[in-house]
Amino acid sequence: VSEKVVGKIKKEAKGLEEQILKRKKPTLKFPVRSLANVRYLEKEGYFEIRGRKKERTLTVNTVKTFAQTLRMMALSKTLVETDDIATKREAYYVSKNWGEARFLEQTESDTVMDDVEALFEVNREQMGFVPEEKGGDVSGALIVVDKDPDTGKTIRIDCTKFGSGAYSIPISVEHLEFETAAKFILVIETAGMFQRLVKHGYWKKATCILVSMGGVPTRACRRFIRRLADAKKIPVYVFVDGDPYGISNIYRTFKVGSGNAAHINEFFCVPQARFLGITPQDIVDYKLPTHPLKEVDVKRAKDAIKNDPFFQHHKTWAKAMDQLITMGVRAEQQALAAHGLNYVMDNYLPEKIAHPERFLP
Amino acid sequence: MAQAQRITKKKPSTPRAHGAGKGAGRLAGKQPAAKAVPKKIVRLTAVDLAEKQREISVSEFFTKNRHLLGFDSPAKALLTTVKEAVDNALDACEEGSILPDLIIEIQEISETRYRVAVQDNGPGIVKAQVPKIFGQLLYGSKFHRLRQSRGQQGIGISAAGMYGQLTTGKPITVISRPGATKPAHKFDIQIDTRRNTPVVTADHEVEWAPGHGTRVELEIEATYKKGRHSVDGYVEQTSMANPHAQITYISPSAERFEYARVAQELPKPPQEIKPHPHGVELGILLKMLHETKAKNLRGFLSSEFSRVSAAVAEEIAKTAGLRPEYSPQKAARDQAEALYNAIQATKLMAPPSNVLSPIGEELLLAGLRKQVEARFHVAASRSPSVYRGNPFLVEAALAYGAEHLPADEPITLLRYANRVPLLYQQSACAVTKSVIQTNWKAYGLQQSRGALPTAPMILMVHIASVWVPFTSESKEAIASYPEIMKEIRLAVQDCGRKLGIYIRRGLREADVEKKRSYIEKYIPHIGIALQEILSISDKQKEKVCATLKDTLERSRQ
Repeated sequence: VSEKVVGKIKKEAKGLEEQILKRKKPTLKFPVRSLANVRYLEKEGYFEIRGRKKERTLTVNTVKTFAQTLRMMALSKTLVETDDIATKREAYYVSKNWGEARFLEQTESDTVMDDVEALFEVNREQMGFVPEEKGGDVSGALIVVDKDPDTGKTIRIDCTKFGSGAYSIPISVEHLEFETAAKFILVIETAGMFQRLVKHGYWKKATCILVSMGGVPTRACRRFIRRLADAKKIPVYVFVDGDPYGISNIYRTFKVGSGNAAHINEFFCVPQARFLGITPQDIVDYKLPTHPLKEVDVKRAKDAIKNDPFFQHHKTWAKAMDQLITMGVRAEQQALAAHGLNYVMDNYLPEKIAHPERFLP
Repeated sequence: MAQAQRITKKKPSTPRAHGAGKGAGRLAGKQPAAKAVPKKIVRLTAVDLAEKQREISVSEFFTKNRHLLGFDSPAKALLTTVKEAVDNALDACEEGSILPDLIIEIQEISETRYRVAVQDNGPGIVKAQVPKIFGQLLYGSKFHRLRQSRGQQGIGISAAGMYGQLTTGKPITVISRPGATKPAHKFDIQIDTRRNTPVVTADHEVEWAPGHGTRVELEIEATYKKGRHSVDGYVEQTSMANPHAQITYISPSAERFEYARVAQELPKPPQEIKPHPHGVELGILLKMLHETKAKNLRGFLSSEFSRVSAAVAEEIAKTAGLRPEYSPQKAARDQAEALYNAIQATKLMAPPSNVLSPIGEELLLAGLRKQVEARFHVAASRSPSVYRGNPFLVEAALAYGAEHLPADEPITLLRYANRVPLLYQQSACAVTKSVIQTNWKAYGLQQSRGALPTAPMILMVHIASVWVPFTSESKEAIASYPEIMKEIRLAVQDCGRKLGIYIRRGLREADVEKKRSYIEKYIPHIGIALQEILSISDKQKEKVCATLKDTLERSRQ
C-alpha cells in the first residue's frame, strides 16, 4: 500500500515538474467533494464519486496554496517512507518550519490535507495523516485480535472484560482480526444510552456487540464495524435519535458515506446497516415524549428529501422523513425512559429486534 | 461691570409688572367676586408702562447676548478677539495694496486673563476715525457695500473691545500711523455701552518705529488651549489661506511661530458692486426707495442696482403697473410690493462675477503644501455662481497621505469664508454637509453613512462672496443655500476625482508589488517540495524555480 501511495505522489510531482520546464502553468485536478458529485450505488451500498473535477492552475494568486499543497505531499511521502504518522494538528505544527509557506491556522492545513487526500483518492491514514478524534467505544461478545506495538506479538482483547468501561477503537483498524459469536452489532448514537446497556449487561442477554459512536461516526469507527460485519457476516442495527440529524447525518453517513469524503466512501461505509430506531412511527407507537422540530431540523429534512441521493433512492425513507416533517416533532433515544429507565432493554429493543424485516433500509 | 449688573437686575421687573396688570384686568371685568378685594389690584396705565419702555442700545444688547458674537466661553473669547483683529488687519493691508506683515502676540497675565496684541503694516487709520472704529458697534466701512472682505458688519473689533472692558475694565489700546510723514497716535478707548459711543480716555502722540500700520491691544478674560480649535490652529489655518501674508505669532507660552509668505503678489483686489435686484428683500427695497437720490423709478432701478439698464427698468415698472417717471420717494408699501414682485418676475442677467477674489488653485496648493506634508496634493477652483443675487465662488484643496494624520479617523476638514478659517459649529455648516453628501467611496476612500470619509487627509474648502451667508453673527457656519451646497460639492468632487485616480494607481502598483513578492516568497517552496519528492539535484531545483518564476511574471496573472 505504502509503495502505491509514494508512487502516486512521485507521479504527480513529476508531472508538475515537466509542465514547469515546458514553460506551462502547471495544473492540479481535484475531484469535487460534495453530495452533488456522488451517485448512490444500491448494489454496493455506498456513495460513489462522480467524475466532476476542479482544476487549480498555478498562477500568482494560487502560488501560496500550490506551494503548501506540494509541501504537504512531500511531508506525506516522508511519513509513509519512514512508517510514521502525524495527526492533523502535528502536521500543522510541522508547517511552522516552512517559513513563508507555513499555515497560520489549523483549518488551513486541514483543507490542504483534504485536498491532497482527494487528489490521490486514498484515505489520509494511508498517507500517514491520522485524525485526532476518538474512534468509538465497544463492549460485548467480541475478541479483537491485535498486535503488541513493541514486540509484534499477537494479543487478544476480550471486549467482555472491560467492566463498566469499554474497548476503544484505534485510529487504524486494517490489521485487526475478530472472534465473535454475536448475533448482531448494535450501533448507538449517544454515550448515555451505551452506558445504560453496558451497565445492565444487555449484550449478554441479547448476545450482541455494542458500539457507541458519540455523534457522527469517525472513519475508524465505520471501518471497524464494516470489517467486523464483513468478516463475521453479522447484521448491523443502528439506534439513534428520531430526528433529521440522527437520520440524515449520522445514519446516512454511517451506511453510505458522505459527500465530503466521497473519494473514499467505498471503504468507509457500512452498507449492511439497518435502521432500528427511533423511527417516526415509533414516536406514535410508543407514545414518546417529543420536542418540536427546530427550523434547522425542518430545513435539513427537506434538503435530504430533495438533494440527497440516498433519500431519493429509498422512497420509504423519503416517506418517513415526510412523516417527521408533518408531525413537526422529534424524539431522543432517552425519551423511552419516560416509560421506566429499563423499558428500552426490557421492551423496546426486544420488540424491535424480533422483527428486523421491519427496519428501515 | 457695574452697568451690566444694573441692567440685568432691572429688566426682569418689566415683564412681571406687565403680566400682573393684564391678569388683573381680566379678573376685574369678568368676575364680580373680585370686587371684594379691589384695593389690591394695581392697574398700570399706558403712561406708567411708557416709563419703563426705552430704547435698547446695541451695546446693551451685546452685553446680554455676547454668545451671538462668539464670546460665549473664555476659550472662544480669546479666539474671537484674535480673529476679529486679524480680519481687520488683513483687510486693511489689502485695501492699501500692501503685502501684509502681521504680528500676533498673546501674553498671559493670569490663568484667566490675557493681553492680545495684533499689529499690521497696513495704511493706518486717520486720527479722527480711530475712536469710532474701535469704540462704537456697527460702525465701519464694510456693511454698506457689497464687496468681498473678511469683516462684514463692523461689529467685530469693537465687540472685542467691549468684551475686554466688561471683563477686565481695561480700555482698548490702539496705536496707528497713517504714513511715515505723519506721527503715530496712541489711544485708550472705552465704550459708553448705554449710548454706543466711544469715550477716549487717553490720546497722545507716540514714537513708533513702523512707517505705517496699526496696533491693537486688548486685555480680556479668557483661557488658552492648544489644538486645532484654538488660536494656534486659527493662525496656522489663516496662513494657509493667505499665502501672501507673513505672520509672526507669539503664543501665551512664549513660543514663536513664523508663517512665511509664499506668494509675493497681493490677491486681485475684489470690486464693490451694487446689489442685484433678485437679492433684495421687500423691506430693504422700501428703504432704498425712500433714500435714493434718483428722481424717477427708471433712474432708481438703473442706478441703484447692478444689471438693470434703462430698458429693463421700464420693463420692471410696466410689470409692476407703475409709470417709469413715478417718484420713488412717494412709494408706499403697496407700490413697493408690486415693484418687488415685478423684479422677481423679470429675467435678469446674473450679477457680475469678476468682482470676487479667489485664492486660486496655485496659491491654495502653495498654502497647503507649506503646512501639510503629504503624498498627494490637489486643488480646484470653481467659476463664480450666484445665490440670492449675490455672487460667490467655491474652491477646494486636499492633501492626502499626510504622515502625521491617523489613517483610521475621519478627515480633517478646514472651512474658510473669504479667507477666514471657521473653527466652530462644523456640523451645522453647509461645507460639512456637502462634503458628507459627497460619495467618497467612488474615489477609493472609506466612508460610513452620514459621516466624513475616513482617511489620512486634510480637505480645505473656501467660499468667497460679496456677502457670505452665516448662520449667526459669530460667523462660524455657512448657511445651507442649495446653490452654495451644489458648488461646494462640485469643487470637492473635482478634487475627489483626481484623488481617486491617484489612489487607484497606487492600489494597482501595490497589487503588482504584492504579486511580485508573492512569487518571490512561495516559488522556492515549490522547488523544495519537488526536490524532496523527486530527489532532484540543487541545480535542477534552481532551474525549475527560475523557469516557473519567469512563466508567472510573464503571464501578469
